[in-house]
Amino acid sequence: MDKFEKLTGIAAPMPLVNIDTDMIIPKQFLKTIKRSGLGKNLFDEMRYDQNGNEIADFVLNKPAYRKAEIIVAGDNFGCGSSREHAPWALLDFGIRCVISTSFADIFYNNCFKNGILPIKLPKDQVDALMEDAERGENARITVDLESQTISASDGTEIHFDIDPFRKHCLLNGLDDIALTLEKKSAIETFEQAYQARMPWV
Amino acid sequence: MTAPQKTGPKTLYDKIWDAHVAHQDADGTCLLYIDRHLVHEVTSPQAFEGLRMAGRPVHAPDKTIAVPDHNVPTTLDRANGIENEESRIQVEALDKNARDFGVVYYPVDDIRQGIVHIVGPEQGWTLPGMTVVCGDSHTATHGAFGALAHGIGTSEVEHVLATQTLIQKKSKNMKVEITGQLQPGVTAKDITLAVIGATGTAGGTGHVIEYCGEAIRSLSMEGRMTVCNMAIEGGARAGIIAPDETTFEYVTGRPHAPKGATWEMAEAYWRTLFTDEGAEFDKVLTLRAEDIAPVVTWGTSPEDVLPITAVVPNPDDFEGGKVEAVSRSLDYMGLKPGTPLTEIPVDTVFIGSCTNGRIEDLRAAAAILKGRKIKEGMRVMIVPGSGLVREQAEAEGLADIFRDAGADWRLAGCSMCLAMNPDQLAPQERCASTSNRNFESRQGRGGRTHLVSPAMAAAAAVTGRLTDVREMM
Repeated sequence: MDKFEKLTGIAAPMPLVNIDTDMIIPKQFLKTIKRSGLGKNLFDEMRYDQNGNEIADFVLNKPAYRKAEIIVAGDNFGCGSSREHAPWALLDFGIRCVISTSFADIFYNNCFKNGILPIKLPKDQVDALMEDAERGENARITVDLESQTISASDGTEIHFDIDPFRKHCLLNGLDDIALTLEKKSAIETFEQAYQARMPWV
Repeated sequence: MTAPQKTGPKTLYDKIWDAHVAHQDADGTCLLYIDRHLVHEVTSPQAFEGLRMAGRPVHAPDKTIAVPDHNVPTTLDRANGIENEESRIQVEALDKNARDFGVVYYPVDDIRQGIVHIVGPEQGWTLPGMTVVCGDSHTATHGAFGALAHGIGTSEVEHVLATQTLIQKKSKNMKVEITGQLQPGVTAKDITLAVIGATGTAGGTGHVIEYCGEAIRSLSMEGRMTVCNMAIEGGARAGIIAPDETTFEYVTGRPHAPKGATWEMAEAYWRTLFTDEGAEFDKVLTLRAEDIAPVVTWGTSPEDVLPITAVVPNPDDFEGGKVEAVSRSLDYMGLKPGTPLTEIPVDTVFIGSCTNGRIEDLRAAAAILKGRKIKEGMRVMIVPGSGLVREQAEAEGLADIFRDAGADWRLAGCSMCLAMNPDQLAPQERCASTSNRNFESRQGRGGRTHLVSPAMAAAAAVTGRLTDVREMM
């Protein structure tokens, strides 16, 4: 997993609420057995018409946002299906950070496994960043994970909260499985005692 | 380091959580031990590939149960194989991974094959007090047994395969109580949709929902699975119902349920799995069962729920970001505010899915279809949740009722719930569906979905429009 330290980039505004993972990556693209290559189908049915032509007024098709690295989204982003193809598609497109008032739990969790930083902020701050993002290329936002701050294009600084363990893993690009396997003996000790207590499991 | 356990009265979720903490860090991050890991072909190939690349085995293959369900054809000729190349490769990858890593496996041609959330309980893999995960958000289904069950992403699938644990922080406790008794024609599906209508799709985010109250107690295991299945549509990763006699009766005698003295031991433990008097919940919702009518969704979010007697709402009835979302939904759904829901015509009916593909659901649909015909020109697809459900429906005569009514009675799989196989809606086709998501394009690009109970779906099959099933009882 790539580290996430500091990112300065264009933020795309997507004010729609309840953007679900079926919208982020429709099911016909879940048939892959790889993690890569999903970026071209990110938001596929919002982004292309039935003939595969770009829909001009979809935000990521507008010249100002084609290289967006941040999305500022409406409430409850990533709801629905658990598909990790959603963060894979975002990442493959080049999105490294999503900012919203709220995220669905599974999607939120999946982001951290893929080097994407999801940031939860109060409504007024999301609204301000959404307005900023509406200004396209003129609005470059800086997200600094170490200091937990977002700098809007006018220099305003916004602080965000993040779980310390998740921050540590993201800053260092750590592999969860290797970390957990360091605790293998603790797991096995637990497992033996548990199995003795509950032999039917 | 072992976990400091919560003292004082505990919720059911607290108890199951505490029993599974294998390790806890100072900041509260835990390694939660996983008892059952269910696996399907869509969210697992990258995880098995990760194990291969790192040279890691599956930690507990006897606790890992795999079955293909999303991509499998549901037509009677499916022994001929899967036509779509990508779908076929994905199912073949699961065949190979299951074999290479030695996990429990039900291949497509096994009578026990079916939707993973129907197979797990049916085979007795899902038991009270367990932790159950799967790379699928509808894993919440298994909470009906008093198990802590939730969906995970593919990275976590790999983590569980390799370590039999998940890195977790504890969620909050939410109680949803349904008092009193349901009225005739109102089902578990109506309860779960009514709850989402009341909380919104983010109402349960960060919480585990415990469903309780007289109406929940009165439900069969099938009904409880329907309720828990859609906890995720209310934002909660898991829904849970305390086990009782109904649960034990369902579990007993299942192929992988404990037997003899071990059963006695297990049952004694299971009887301790309830929320203690005085335990605190972070959030509480109470609904009266008598107030719940047969419901239907009108929009493109599961929170867009109304009683069948209502009319299509107006975007101006909403606030904030929802105004634009509703306007977009109505446009997508091709609906005008003020239209009575019972005047909305449908051309397709889908009965099945992990929400409503169990025997009781098929009985409810058959009770309406018996002696009736589906409306001419309608496409009515009835897809059992597993090969064993199909076999039972044949034995009970339900399949004959479906065929006589003119419905298309199929083989087991996820089918049109998410339309990864050829079972799809065409653009602007409108479906009364017993599945769980009415998202844009969920059942096929441009398709329009109205979520309903199996009885309501059967009623719509007869009339060709959304229908109050109570008029047909």
